[in-house]
Amino acid sequence: MALLVDKLRPRSLDALTYHKDLSNRLASLAASADFPHLLFYGPSGAGKKTRILATLRALYGSGVEKIKIDARIFTTSSNRKLEFNIVSSVYHLEITPSDVGNYDRVVIQELLKEVAQTQQVDLSAKQRFKVVVINEADGLSRDAQAALRRTMEKYSANVRLILVANSTAGIIAPIRSRTLLVRVAAPTESEICDALAKAAKKENWKAIPALNERIAKESGRNLRKALLMFEAVYAQNPEPSEKTPIPPPDWEILIEQIARDIVRERTPAMILSTRAKLYDLLTHCIPATMVLKTLCFKLVALPEVDDSLKPEVVRWASFYEHRIRLGSKVIFHLEAFVAKFMRIFEGYLVGMDF
Amino acid sequence: MANFFDNKARAAAASSSKSKPNEPVGPAPALVPWVEKYRPRSLDEVKSQDHAIDILRRMVNASNLPNLLCYGPPGTGKTSTILALCRELFGPELMKHRVLELNASDERGLSVVRERVKGFASQHLANPTPQYREKYPCPPFKIVLLDEADQLTSDAQSALRRTMETYARTTRFALCCNYVSRIIDPIASRCSKYRFRALEGSQATGRIEEILTAENVKYQQGVVERALQVSDGDLRKAITILQSAARLVGASNTDSSSRTRKNARTISEDSDEEMEDVDPTAVSSGSISVADINELAGTFPPESTDKLLGVLRKGNTSNYKRIAAEITDITASGYAANELLSSLYSKIIFDDLVDTKKKYKLTQIFSEFDKRLVDGVDEQLSMLDMTCQIAGILAA
Repeated sequence: MALLVDKLRPRSLDALTYHKDLSNRLASLAASADFPHLLFYGPSGAGKKTRILATLRALYGSGVEKIKIDARIFTTSSNRKLEFNIVSSVYHLEITPSDVGNYDRVVIQELLKEVAQTQQVDLSAKQRFKVVVINEADGLSRDAQAALRRTMEKYSANVRLILVANSTAGIIAPIRSRTLLVRVAAPTESEICDALAKAAKKENWKAIPALNERIAKESGRNLRKALLMFEAVYAQNPEPSEKTPIPPPDWEILIEQIARDIVRERTPAMILSTRAKLYDLLTHCIPATMVLKTLCFKLVALPEVDDSLKPEVVRWASFYEHRIRLGSKVIFHLEAFVAKFMRIFEGYLVGMDF
Repeated sequence: MANFFDNKARAAAASSSKSKPNEPVGPAPALVPWVEKYRPRSLDEVKSQDHAIDILRRMVNASNLPNLLCYGPPGTGKTSTILALCRELFGPELMKHRVLELNASDERGLSVVRERVKGFASQHLANPTPQYREKYPCPPFKIVLLDEADQLTSDAQSALRRTMETYARTTRFALCCNYVSRIIDPIASRCSKYRFRALEGSQATGRIEEILTAENVKYQQGVVERALQVSDGDLRKAITILQSAARLVGASNTDSSSRTRKNARTISEDSDEEMEDVDPTAVSSGSISVADINELAGTFPPESTDKLLGVLRKGNTSNYKRIAAEITDITASGYAANELLSSLYSKIIFDDLVDTKKKYKLTQIFSEFDKRLVDGVDEQLSMLDMTCQIAGILAA
């Protein structure tokens, strides 16, 4: 049984529930004679991918949904073999070049040139060009982006690129000026509620508006997360009521616990015991940035932390997050943040200037 | 120099007959980027670089040319000027043989300079017909245009040194770059340098309005100004944004463009059924609005900046919740942190009501966060931190 998120994913541009303007624009672009390169950006769970698939469908018809996964092997200049997964249909290709880290340039150059130099095989295809969807485009290295730059101009007869990114910050200006920027904002809470209500109706579940509202709030305007939470609630509890607790993910519980602990007790012994918990989180593949960010927001949300302290907490969280990016071992910086917080909080309690 | 006096007559002849051969023949207008379509065709059309143009014009009249090095910010017309110069010197026919345009961003490195440039430089000059000579000066040399020369590796630049001198009799080099400091000294000293300034307001708006009128695009008040503002005097960027906007709102005459495209395609494809799919009603004929420009440029909208600033002015001591709510909202809307940073920066730094001492401190914050964003930190956290710190200073 497929998850709700996949099962209920809208397939066509008309079926999209929010951002009607955007859908209309995409539809008119798909219908017009010249389709530009696109750059979709927006927070996760806003529906970027759904919109791209719907646009592709509008371009080529239902053929784009027949996809297969290939593993290709690329050889770098230093003779290293890279295995790279490509999701493709007859009309389009989907790649995530940041999978191969530093070697993304090789993949971009070889693969895109290969695609760009061959024409559409299927003569009955609606469009003469193929589409290459590049996921996580903001994670591409500068070199790879520079390689894209010329490819986009040179081979625009045979290939159109659709880049997907969380933010335009990581995209170099020449690429930005060659693409049509499409911003996909996260749905509002009421739009999420509507989507959840629709999902409940389709699944024949009892609709509880109050519960939907709570889920929408908890999800942080992330529709995917909201739908997953929604499904989890109904899976654990066949007859949910308005007050049914929404189970948060395990790692969030653990971080919440860390936050409470370090507010309660500010000693070296506590740092030692939080270290074990932080390691636990890291070994379960929770990204360090995520840990730090969540910890910061949990700390700020605690009633013990005064309003005047909050900017300071955020400040140091941001400081150590920067350090995480630059440094090599994340645990140092996570611990440093914990220690710093204890120091600030202790200073505040004894009325000392921090 | 003997036929110096003839040159003016030639120039007159060329300009009188130029309007026809140089007119864009119009193959599928929608497919050609406006930037290419409306590239200045003659030196006179190049806007706002009077100083450089003056000297170049004198050189055209004298039919002699040193090696050129044009530098300046992007979108100020460096490449356009050189191309226009070549066109005036050689005319459209001869230009194909006499000018080699090399874009450094795809083919750079030693081998390109060694093989292509040398190969081209050592080619024999083809003689133009006498009638042709009447219209254009056709001086006896070729031009190698090295675009984005600052992207050339320094090895490649060194290889160029000797080549420039060896073939000085038959070849002139024109280099265009953004940063003159990245051109090695031996090359720079072999060229006469021209600095291209960022375009000034009225000339740029004039040019853009011309293009929009020629493309038959409807637009609202203030669109042109906003487009120039978001692109920082980069005319190319402004034009690209406007083209995307026109395409998006379907403001231009899409019907005729798709028809031309059809004609261009019939050669390879007999059935045009995909063209029949184009539903003319699907493309709403609206006009470009300022909001469209903001959206396409991906900038943070000015109204939201004002709203955020209103919140920030209240300080950060008891105001945390509201700041956090604003930032959550901004992140959810998908705006990029660097856009928020630059719009806040321009708002605050040019605000006369903000105390100068506060501005000093604020510039430090902006600089710090720009660096952090380049390092790739989490956007939400750093935006929150940045706004909290700004609020602290503004309210102090």
